[in-house]
Amino acid sequence: MPRYILGRVLQAIPVFLGTTFLIYFMVFAMPGDPLLALFGDKTPNPSLLAQLRAQYHLDQPFIVQYWYYMSGIFQGNLGVAFSGEPVTAILARTFPVTARLAVMALLIQSILGIGVGLVSGLRKGKLFDASALVVSLILISLPVFVIAFVAQFVFGIELGWARTTVGAGAPTVDLILPAFVLASISFAVIVRLTRSSVIETQGMDFVRTAYSKGLGRNRVIPVHILRNSLIPVVTYLGTDFGVLLVGATVTEGIFNIPGVGNTLYQAIVRGQGPTVVSFVTVMVLLYLVVNLLVDLLYGLLDPRIRYV
Amino acid sequence: MKIRRVTIGVIALAAAGALVLSGCATGSTPAATGAAANLAAIVSTNGSEPQNPLIPTNTNETGGGKIVDSIFAGLVSYDATGAASNDVADSITTTDAQNYTIKLKADQKFSNGEAVTAKSFVDAWQYGALLSTKQLNSYFFDDIEGFSYDADSPLTGLVATDATTITVKLKQPEADWPLRLGYSAFMPLPAAALTDIAAFGENPIGNGPYKLAETGAWKHNVEINLVTNSTYTGPRTPKNGGLKIVFYASSTAAYADLQGGNLDVLDAVPSANLATFKADLGDRAVNQPAAIFQSFTIPERLAHFGGEEGKLRRAAISHAINRQQITDVIFEGTRTPASDFTSPVINGWSNSLAGADVLAFDATKAKEEWAKADAISPWTGSFQIAYNADGDHQPWVDAVTNSVKNTLGIDASGVPYPTFAQARTLITNQTITTAFRTGWQADYPSLFNFLGPLYATGAGSNDGRYSNPAFDALLTQGASETDIAKANETFQKAQEILLQDLPAIPLWYSNVTGGYGTGVENVKFGWNSVPIYSEITKG
Repeated sequence: MPRYILGRVLQAIPVFLGTTFLIYFMVFAMPGDPLLALFGDKTPNPSLLAQLRAQYHLDQPFIVQYWYYMSGIFQGNLGVAFSGEPVTAILARTFPVTARLAVMALLIQSILGIGVGLVSGLRKGKLFDASALVVSLILISLPVFVIAFVAQFVFGIELGWARTTVGAGAPTVDLILPAFVLASISFAVIVRLTRSSVIETQGMDFVRTAYSKGLGRNRVIPVHILRNSLIPVVTYLGTDFGVLLVGATVTEGIFNIPGVGNTLYQAIVRGQGPTVVSFVTVMVLLYLVVNLLVDLLYGLLDPRIRYV
Repeated sequence: MKIRRVTIGVIALAAAGALVLSGCATGSTPAATGAAANLAAIVSTNGSEPQNPLIPTNTNETGGGKIVDSIFAGLVSYDATGAASNDVADSITTTDAQNYTIKLKADQKFSNGEAVTAKSFVDAWQYGALLSTKQLNSYFFDDIEGFSYDADSPLTGLVATDATTITVKLKQPEADWPLRLGYSAFMPLPAAALTDIAAFGENPIGNGPYKLAETGAWKHNVEINLVTNSTYTGPRTPKNGGLKIVFYASSTAAYADLQGGNLDVLDAVPSANLATFKADLGDRAVNQPAAIFQSFTIPERLAHFGGEEGKLRRAAISHAINRQQITDVIFEGTRTPASDFTSPVINGWSNSLAGADVLAFDATKAKEEWAKADAISPWTGSFQIAYNADGDHQPWVDAVTNSVKNTLGIDASGVPYPTFAQARTLITNQTITTAFRTGWQADYPSLFNFLGPLYATGAGSNDGRYSNPAFDALLTQGASETDIAKANETFQKAQEILLQDLPAIPLWYSNVTGGYGTGVENVKFGWNSVPIYSEITKG
């Protein structure tokens, strides 16, 4: 087990180097001069522009720019945005917000999704099952921005139950509505995954054995059926948590959440190379960690899976 | 909000009931109600994360500009109509429009107690003008004697002769120079700023109507909190307790907040809501012309657009655009069809310039001019307008090119570029091979600001590389004219030349669209489309 984890961590090093290089190159290759955009519709004087280019090393060839960036990373310096704010500070203020939102959405979608899916699977073909399928179909087919705008209008403006956008410091209570919106799509997927998995497990020999041993439903359903149905669901939740952690640009935009997605979008539009590369690198690392955790969870759910 | 209001109502009723039951025998004087403004109330408004540190000479976009204008006071300030009145200045005098003497009011202070002296201005401007400080607004000082773009060169024409007197010598006469002094580039800086400019840009200390609520009041990408500055005594003394400028990534979120009661004042209605915002907000909706001019430019270097043929084709294309219809249908009346090259909010604007009929939709004339041009050299290819796809331009570009296509019977279309940066790079490098979107938002309320930087020979933002000696001569003549009315007359004559040459095809003036909540009153928008925050009362 420890060897396995160490191996996975070592694998992360080439992935890290590869992604920073690729992303840096993509930002470099983006057409247009980000400094010209700083001046709006006005054209700056060439010598002022040359000075600014030198300040951000934009006058250097790609490999030199990349070298500056990488040598900065190993000194804990990820560069400075045009606003003068260090990129490390931007990371430190945006990732916690998005992480809180992601955890909330994950909790909502897994508790509700697994719960509804389990009941649906156990009562296959009944009214509850049929309505759960219809609701999940509707949620899957709606784009997230439609759900977000409707939720904002109904709960924020008409009913006034929630703030229309998230206030300063992103208080957790303001994040509830966006978290539900974010959770809604994966909720539908999880309901369906859990349901079919539960139906399949119910027909297994060990379930019949458990019932014939005289165990009650209260023991068989959670320990025998649910636990054995969770592997596909956990796989999905793992990748989905990765997606949530790297930011939900659309939802963050609509609810004005100062998180990763929103900030990264602005940085891309404004051509802020160091910010974009740093964000994406952290995202890749997060993905690696979450995937490792999911793989380790398998072992807990199914003791037959062991890593050596 | 409704639920909360109901709750408050219930509590209030219960409290009132309790008072009645207890006989209200305390004999206390009734609380003052109604008109009296609450001088402690904080007004919330929309903004965007400043793109640069909050240094006046380095702030050239609206997100930072809104904050810098609130925390600094310059020599003059503008009222709603764009008229300048003295703020920190006591008097600004000149006899030749080239040598100026500026007297400051006595006892002006920064919010940290430091005195605002002639040196505060001179040092700030000298700093802003140096090449090595890389200030985005440095070009505002290029008229002052000593300025150089190519090396660090002190402004020799700028001298603090005593604590309250500044003398300025310009390179050439500029009659509208005093009008510029309300722009953020010309703000004073306290001594602390120049010792550590990076720290200052994060926590600026100003002399304006507001100041930062505390160190670190600028919460990046979230909001900035300002409170009134008691050391400010000028014409913009606030009638509220402060400003909370909330940074929005999209105006849609800001609009939702205004409707949800979380935002007091909004100065940008999202394009999706232009059709409904007047119905949504009633008399709290704002839709008035602003100092923003929109156009597209057809450079002379393009095939078929040089010389006499180009002149005819530009006029034909201009005649082929139904501006009224496009502003009504696409912009829901939130743009005003252009009748010149400036803006109706600027003193000296006119809608009756000779030759302005070239801006009117006239299919017959368009076809005539186009046929005349075809006689010189027959038209080949397709007429295209380039725009940046990240800025809501597609609907009108499609409408304009369709209008041209249907009227002239030629192939016409829009060319989107993904980002503003890419479009600007191609335009600046002169490598763009089509016509392209252009626009201008005035920095200070003067006709000259819409003409000189855009169409004078060799001017910085002359994207179409237009050059006409007759126009240049009128511009120079107007600039040296100390009588504003006479100067404006000359600038109007200069525009009549532009109407013949059409270095840019005027389209429309952008309106400022905004609105405010039920909790605030006296919301007026300034000439620069920013609400006049100091006048707003709340509660």
